[in-house]
Amino acid sequence: MLISVLAISLGTLLGVGVGLVLVYGRLVPRIAVRAILEYVRGTPVFVLILACYYLLSKIGIQLTAFQAGVFALTVFCSSHVGETLRGALLALPKGQMEAAKAIGLTFRQAFIYILAPQAMRQALPSWVNTAAEMVKASTLLSVIGAVELMLVTRQIIARNFMSLEFYLIAGIIYFLINFSIERFGRYLERRVALPS
Amino acid sequence: MGYQLNFAPVWRDFDLLLSGLGLGLAMAVFAILVGCLIGLAAAFAMVSKNAVLRRVASTYVTIIRNMPLFFLIIFTYFVVPEQLGVRIGKVEAFVATLAIYAGAYLTEVFRGALLALPRGLREAGLSIGLTEWQTRLWVILPVMLRNALPALANNFISLFKDTSLAAAIAVPDLTFYARQINVNTFRVIETWSVCSLMYVTTCYLIAAGLRVAERRLAIPR
Amino acid sequence: MSEEASLETPVLQIENLHKKFTHVEVLKGVDLAMKSGDVVSVIGSSGSGKTTMLRCVNMLEDFQEGHIRIDGEEIGYLPGPDRKPKKEVEVARQRAMTGMVFQQFNLFPHMTALGNVTLGLTKVKKLPQDEAVAIAEKWLARVGMLDRRGHYPGQLSGGQQQRVAIARAVAMSPKVMLFDEVTSALDPELVNEVLNVIKALAGDGMTMLLVTHEMKFAFEVSDRVVFMNQGRIEEQGKPEELFRNPQSKRLAEFLKSAQF
Repeated sequence: MLISVLAISLGTLLGVGVGLVLVYGRLVPRIAVRAILEYVRGTPVFVLILACYYLLSKIGIQLTAFQAGVFALTVFCSSHVGETLRGALLALPKGQMEAAKAIGLTFRQAFIYILAPQAMRQALPSWVNTAAEMVKASTLLSVIGAVELMLVTRQIIARNFMSLEFYLIAGIIYFLINFSIERFGRYLERRVALPS
Repeated sequence: MGYQLNFAPVWRDFDLLLSGLGLGLAMAVFAILVGCLIGLAAAFAMVSKNAVLRRVASTYVTIIRNMPLFFLIIFTYFVVPEQLGVRIGKVEAFVATLAIYAGAYLTEVFRGALLALPRGLREAGLSIGLTEWQTRLWVILPVMLRNALPALANNFISLFKDTSLAAAIAVPDLTFYARQINVNTFRVIETWSVCSLMYVTTCYLIAAGLRVAERRLAIPR
Repeated sequence: MSEEASLETPVLQIENLHKKFTHVEVLKGVDLAMKSGDVVSVIGSSGSGKTTMLRCVNMLEDFQEGHIRIDGEEIGYLPGPDRKPKKEVEVARQRAMTGMVFQQFNLFPHMTALGNVTLGLTKVKKLPQDEAVAIAEKWLARVGMLDRRGHYPGQLSGGQQQRVAIARAVAMSPKVMLFDEVTSALDPELVNEVLNVIKALAGDGMTMLLVTHEMKFAFEVSDRVVFMNQGRIEEQGKPEELFRNPQSKRLAEFLKSAQF
């Protein structure tokens, strides 16, 4: 669980940077970020996790399975968040920036007060989706041995030979986590919706 | 560091990687076909007048969509046989799980496409004397499937990526062989860059191919 | 500066304005001067460059040649032959000297009517919140929208949104108000409520440059009407003269097709 929370937070931060570069960056960094993004998004999460785990240890960065997992999921999360943010920013009507400039706001001010609040509303549903995806993807970390709900369950089974109950409990826990994320997301969406 | 790139060990087993890729694609195709059937049935159930049908379908969708695929796979492969005392092959267990998993997501896709259809479409079908089922088959389905195609394409691509999870129960797919080569040769960077590049390229080709199909099938306007 | 000198300095002066979009030249040397309190309407067919000219004054478009001055202050570019653009903060400050009203309103959908008007006052003019609210409420009252100050743009009709947009622009106490076809996106029955607000502002002595298709309105409200054609000012004069007695063939044709 901690893995998911860490990865979602770090991934969102990184993803915001990715999204900003994609929309406002200069040509070269934009193309570089776009290329990495396509690569990460085309690669299955599981492969990403395995690759991060083996690769990072190979190039001399000794990470625990936990750290490697957080790293892989953060990269995965940021690619989703970046793409979402890009879409949300580009979907805003051009007139919004023009109107903001017309009353004398600088680009920074216009972004903070006008573009960002609207883009965040737009991006919220996808962001919640990504968060739920992350929780699901975190189950894969049991393969590389990060201590995580799935692994704990498998260990308990190995000791007790009482598989069904424990799998059911693990399943229910996952279900509840994801279900609450989804519900919370819908609630948030309604909270920030603009009256019309 | 002094790490020398050497792709030779990876190329030596490239046919293994390719066979893994093929298996992954085959599993994804099978899963999406079966998933489409499940999804269509569940989607029509969700918009039907029968409250029990609606309940069953929405429970299925809610549960599956909120479960990690990995958990479902482990469950069908390890727990179900143990409890029922039957043996299920790895590939069969994996494909079945993937199809059920895909079905839940496709239900949402089809349901959305059904709801987006203009109300008049069904009424027009009925008014020329088609039965309810004929209207569904000849009028609603063709229009709805075309509208759902972009979402269907996206789903297929993510399903294909999800086949990498098969490696976790030792189904010999691309990821499985990549791990094997990695462990045997320690050519870490080479193995994983080739492996992910194969996924990326395949996804890219699938996406491009499906876009062409989309344009071909589009209703002229 | 003496009283006379300030009277002589035009509030808005456009000199030999040239604007290219990649290869197409849309403005081919436009000259226009406005005194304080002038109300000038720009008419012409679409593609004549009238909207582009307005957007250049607000620096929403760059331009390749010529000068725009507001109250004698050079807009957008530093003096000198290499035409370096001014710093962003400087450009933002100069933009606030003009008030732009857009065809599509462009209200900020995530802010109330009041929030839309106070944003520039607190962030650009750095006024304290209570002062900003007082000014905003004064102007919302002036455009007849005070009772809707807590509404979001999505809850307002097009005409009401456009009135809030006018309040947002005029609350910054600009030297010149710029109106860009502000009634073109409105349903016919909502046009008049917006035109009446503009008329009232004109009555207050506001300096205004309007791009419009409403010929009758241009006739009634303007001190001067400018006819633009293919990136140039073809003809200008007092509304009575221009509409009754067009000199150029193009203006005569345009007026005939505009049917008023």
